[in-house]
Amino acid sequence: MRSRPIFYTVVFSLIAAGLTLAWFRHTHLRIPLWPGERKSVWLIEARVDFFATGGPVLISLDLPADPPGFRQVSEQAASPGYGFAVVEGPGGRRGEWTRRHAEGRQTLYYKVQMIRDRTAGRDEPTGDKPKPQQFVWNEMQRTAAQPLIAQAYERSSTPTSFARELIQQVGASRPDQNASLLLADFPLPTLLMRLLNHANVPARISMGLELEDARRYQPLQAVLEIHDHDRWVTLDPRTGVQGLPENLLLWHRGGQSLLDVVGAGRSDVRFSMIRQTLPAMDLARMQFVDGGLSRLSLYHLPIEEQSMFKLLLLLPVGALVVTFMRIIVGVRTSGTFMPILIAMAFIQTSLVPGLIAFVTIVSLGLMLRGYLSRLNLLLVARISTLIVLVIFLAAMASVVGHELGFRVGLTLTFFPMVIIAWTIERMSILWEEEGSREGMVQGFGSLGVAVLAYACMRIGAVAHWTFNFPEIHLILLAMILLIGQYTGYRLSELRRFDVMTRRR
Amino acid sequence: MWSLPSALRDRGILGMNRRNVAYISRYNERRRYPLVDDKLRTKLLAEKFKLATPSLRKVIRYQHEIAAFDEEARTLDGFAIKPAKGAGGKGLLVVKTRRGDLYVKSSGSTVTAQQIQRHLTNILAGLYSLGGSPDVAIVEDLIRPVPLFEDLSYAGVPDIRIIVFKGYPVMAMTRLATRTSNSTANLHKGGVGVGLDIATGRALYAVQHGVRITRHPDTDIPLDTLAIPDWRNLLLLGARGYELTGLGYIGADLVVDRNRGPMLLELNARPGLSIQVANGAGLLPRLRTIERLDPEVTPAAEERVDYAMNVFRAGGRP
Repeated sequence: MRSRPIFYTVVFSLIAAGLTLAWFRHTHLRIPLWPGERKSVWLIEARVDFFATGGPVLISLDLPADPPGFRQVSEQAASPGYGFAVVEGPGGRRGEWTRRHAEGRQTLYYKVQMIRDRTAGRDEPTGDKPKPQQFVWNEMQRTAAQPLIAQAYERSSTPTSFARELIQQVGASRPDQNASLLLADFPLPTLLMRLLNHANVPARISMGLELEDARRYQPLQAVLEIHDHDRWVTLDPRTGVQGLPENLLLWHRGGQSLLDVVGAGRSDVRFSMIRQTLPAMDLARMQFVDGGLSRLSLYHLPIEEQSMFKLLLLLPVGALVVTFMRIIVGVRTSGTFMPILIAMAFIQTSLVPGLIAFVTIVSLGLMLRGYLSRLNLLLVARISTLIVLVIFLAAMASVVGHELGFRVGLTLTFFPMVIIAWTIERMSILWEEEGSREGMVQGFGSLGVAVLAYACMRIGAVAHWTFNFPEIHLILLAMILLIGQYTGYRLSELRRFDVMTRRR
Repeated sequence: MWSLPSALRDRGILGMNRRNVAYISRYNERRRYPLVDDKLRTKLLAEKFKLATPSLRKVIRYQHEIAAFDEEARTLDGFAIKPAKGAGGKGLLVVKTRRGDLYVKSSGSTVTAQQIQRHLTNILAGLYSLGGSPDVAIVEDLIRPVPLFEDLSYAGVPDIRIIVFKGYPVMAMTRLATRTSNSTANLHKGGVGVGLDIATGRALYAVQHGVRITRHPDTDIPLDTLAIPDWRNLLLLGARGYELTGLGYIGADLVVDRNRGPMLLELNARPGLSIQVANGAGLLPRLRTIERLDPEVTPAAEERVDYAMNVFRAGGRP
């Protein structure tokens, strides 16, 4: 009370810390905010076919390395008899298959899962400005190229606009004489790359894969990349459209060749793809980065501990419900936190069987307790007797239930027997001393709060958040602290003191 | 059926949450709680401070003492057994007299010696104590109420509850048992609550089940003319509870004995809120009046009582 500002600062920083950490976890570890969220994933399969000549074989395939607009989830290579390694070199990421002896037709597979993610992928670090490549032209080609370059240069101001002009000239539906002549010698992308380099604009051809669901044996498509203002700009060599289409995955960028084959011939690489939808949670789990925040998550624990914590982390939700119901609403319960324990048991038994089992065993226990009170036992002995009786009752109910074909036995074992025994004892005392009405009020109050806590804990999102975003508990804590400061009237008091506002 | 929070606020009604946060936890130091939670300690302390309490006959601490109690009980005419740490009057057993081997309770029903022993056993095991901790049983002299009170209540001795805030009596009531309340004076079980004027000790207001009444439903005694004798001494006794315990917000339970006058029964560090219903008035304006007083000076109990009798006069402003 003396330090209200400090109190509110603490509460506020708890909430802020909870939200920030959760947001961080969401963006960095990509844990979905909602349970059951699904994401579509492209499963792409590269198939390399070749004929081996009998000697040692080395197949080196360029692999996508952080392609812009996509995030890699997993990769695997299937190639019986071959050694496989992913090699990161100056030429990029390459998959290398090796085998000492191979003969005849061979097939290798490489599978990769990619998610569309606008923010992912890096621009290739360009460091120094790359030098334009030198190409050999014959006299006639050079003569034909000059006017094309000159005209495009005249109509442009930047390397990108220059390239666009060139594409318009060369790729027009009816190209002029010079262009037609050159196109007879070179395929369109190669010609454009040559012309650009010739005009001192560094340019290269990259290979992209057009993603379309359930396509098989697709080739890669050439994409023109020119260097402009310290970064590579992609252009469609046919249309001149700048930037990558949404569904184009840059498989092979600049650098070396797409496929190198040693000790074999007639090689070819083809791509098949399908779109899968996978739970976002599984995807997040697949690509955990070690270190940082992921160290502070529970996924590193053994599975059994994880499932235990999954349940345990729901407890604060129950505590919040109880705090709210008692302080704001003013429900009377027998035993402050007994409702939480009952609610936890309901989670394992599911509601209706749990309720039936609980009410049955408590009412049977109350009946037996009536006889016990005549025996004049000491308190501890009485509770112990009740525990024994409650367990005995549970066993009886299980056996009878089993004979009748119900599986009540398992349901009953989830209830904390000692708590039930205490509940029976307390209810019976309450009944004797305060009368049946108060007993009923508190009994049903407890049960109502338990059901409410159960309902809150059973919300899928709540279970998802408490386990996957443990920092949410900081927010729960802040809320409990705030409720603890509430000095207003309880809901039940509006009724209790109603008589005082009526008269006069 | 339901009031708006603003309606309650306008009448200055103190709610449970505000009582806990703004009064109990602010004015009652935790470490002083045992002084009032343990009635035996309160009693010994009260004797030290020369405050009148019902005479202590025996303290039963161990199970083996219970068997011998029946013998000792024969020498007592009437007695009351209570758990030292009981809350809300739980575990109180009042024996008026003996009839052969049976004990006659205040309600007229009889119990056997064995039942008394069981009751004592329960007390020692902590059945009535807060948190179920082991307890001791106190055996006290029976209170002989003044005739007025004897007629007033259906059964049992009506006690007077005074809320003492920082040593000032701020509100008072007396609770009367009725047939429907099962001989206990709990208001929510049908007991009659009679609000008392702090200035005079006269009944202001009587409620049963939240409805205003003018006559006791069982004894038919008019309640609106009720006046508590020895009122100022009663207030003084309650006000001294503050010096006794150092607790700022307490409920003092008092009785008026035929021979010994006002006596302190027990103090309560978490007094209930139904006193407001019995008085038909909220506690908050009175508590605020006291809070506005200079906190540096604590006048003597007499001055505090005189101040309260003056300020909290019925019909007066706060």
